[in-house]
Amino acid sequence: MAVNQTLPRVNPPPENKLSAQRKMPFLSRLWRDSPLLVMVAPAVIILLLFTYIPLLGSVIAFMDYVPFLGFTGSEWVGWANFSSLFSDTAFWNALWNTAQITFLQIVLFFPVPIVLAVLLNTVAMPLAKRFVQSVIYLPHFLSWVIIVALFQQILGGNGVLNRFLITHGLTPLEIMSNPDTFKLLLTTQAIWKDAGWGTIIFLAAIAAINPGLYEAATIDGAGAWQRFWHVTLPGMRPIIVLMLILRLGDALTVGFEQILLQRDAVGPGAAEVLDTFTYFNGVVDGSWGTATAAGLLKGVVSLLLVLAANKLAHRLGEEGVYRR
Amino acid sequence: MNSRPVWLGKPKPIAVALKALALVLICAVVIFPFLVVISTSLATKQQIDANGGYVIWPTEISFEAYKQIFNGTQVSRSIVISVGVTAVGTAFSLACTVLAAYGLSRRQSLFQRGLLSFVLFTLLFAPGMIPVYLMVKQLGMLNTYWSLIIPTAVSAFNIVIVRGFIQAIPHELFDAARMDGAGEWRILRSVVLPNSKAVVAVVGLFIAVGYWNNYFGPLLYLNDTEMWPLQLVMRTFVLENNVTSNAQAIPGYVAPPAQSVQMALVAIATLPILCVYPFLTKHMSKGMLTGAIKG
Repeated sequence: MAVNQTLPRVNPPPENKLSAQRKMPFLSRLWRDSPLLVMVAPAVIILLLFTYIPLLGSVIAFMDYVPFLGFTGSEWVGWANFSSLFSDTAFWNALWNTAQITFLQIVLFFPVPIVLAVLLNTVAMPLAKRFVQSVIYLPHFLSWVIIVALFQQILGGNGVLNRFLITHGLTPLEIMSNPDTFKLLLTTQAIWKDAGWGTIIFLAAIAAINPGLYEAATIDGAGAWQRFWHVTLPGMRPIIVLMLILRLGDALTVGFEQILLQRDAVGPGAAEVLDTFTYFNGVVDGSWGTATAAGLLKGVVSLLLVLAANKLAHRLGEEGVYRR
Repeated sequence: MNSRPVWLGKPKPIAVALKALALVLICAVVIFPFLVVISTSLATKQQIDANGGYVIWPTEISFEAYKQIFNGTQVSRSIVISVGVTAVGTAFSLACTVLAAYGLSRRQSLFQRGLLSFVLFTLLFAPGMIPVYLMVKQLGMLNTYWSLIIPTAVSAFNIVIVRGFIQAIPHELFDAARMDGAGEWRILRSVVLPNSKAVVAVVGLFIAVGYWNNYFGPLLYLNDTEMWPLQLVMRTFVLENNVTSNAQAIPGYVAPPAQSVQMALVAIATLPILCVYPFLTKHMSKGMLTGAIKG
């Protein structure tokens, strides 16, 4: 798995040292390593409390959870939460919106960092390249509140664009509050925020391509376009496939904060996605069981999507996230 | 300065011009909103009115909008809250991260494999929003600042990055320290920390940016608007256009235009990010990327 691949393989210990340590009695190893265990403890406790136990806590998807009664007192209801979820049109609307937004982002957003990285890579002046990189990475570090506020100030009903249009006698555009184009707006905001940051991994992929390949291609008479098509793109392909698989795994996660901030402007019909559905059902309305069921469903489907995409990548001869 | 290899030959002028144009446009699209926001927040009321609501380059600087923000109780308080949560949260999270990274860095130590798998497994599965919320509630952390700090304090990704750096420290340093009788805590302080300053700084900055930008945490866990940090207050003031609630009814006081007050708020929320950004970019490409690749 990807996780295992990132493990460092530095300085494997010599064999005799290893067997010597194995022979050490458990208690003296415990005594020797107790400071290390104490150091790991805070992180382990926090992960236990806020990742592992909540993962187990997903069982309330099968309960009629009442906070007052808690886990032990609430009644088991089997699949009832799921069936009420599936008969809820708001849930299907949220799922459909999520799918549409993911589709738009994969078609419109996903290629942008690749194109940007290729473009940046051809910039020969290091200073100019670094400047452009600094500028386009910046929006990644801003919160969604700031991003949405910036868009509001520029494109909103009272924003720069519309004031410009009004002072020049043109009709103002309704961009920030139009439900029909809301998903395109979301995609545009996502591109503005994260496309620059996304170039990092692709730039690294391009940098790893053997320059000799370019030289050989040029000597064989390949032009700039042919070099891109036959050297750069094949060199980037494993990373592109990897990023696409990871993106598919996140297919049901689409900009929760971003949408929550703008949901009121266009209404839930256009803006409700799975995460906001979970939030409003659970935290706001108190339907804990149904909301957790939606969340659990999302987690399981995401995992299946990664596995399926990975299988497809293997079929196509790519390595994917983990090896076979 | 030109690193173009000789065998490529001379580029076509048209291609160069098109590329330069594209890059300038891309940079302009990113910079323009910042420029407008900062300019308008600093511009005088006359210029904003004359320009129809926004200013691209202020002819005269006015700090009225900023004065009003810092006079309003809620915004000033929220800035203090945000700074406090960010400072305490970063210190806490960084401590957990570095300790865990060192604690997991020695391949021979007891339970190391199991604990490492325990940490790495969280990269694959994220628990749903509702169970985490119920957990925070169960622990009595609702409506406390701990709810913003503790649940997100430990990230397996950060631990992996710091751990990779610690493992790249030459073994001889550890052996020498142990020979001199140093215990694990002493080694952490005298060997590990001095040798991993860069990565600790970068990871710390990323953590700090995360705490500063946290918007959903306070929305979920804090009911009391008095406790709201800047990001949430900014939402009500800028996105819900509630800026007038902050204006003072002093006779003869000419309030700065709502537009510039809103933009001043956005500028203030952005400012800390802009301040740490040069440090981030300096170490980012080197530190984070090599760290991520080496593991």
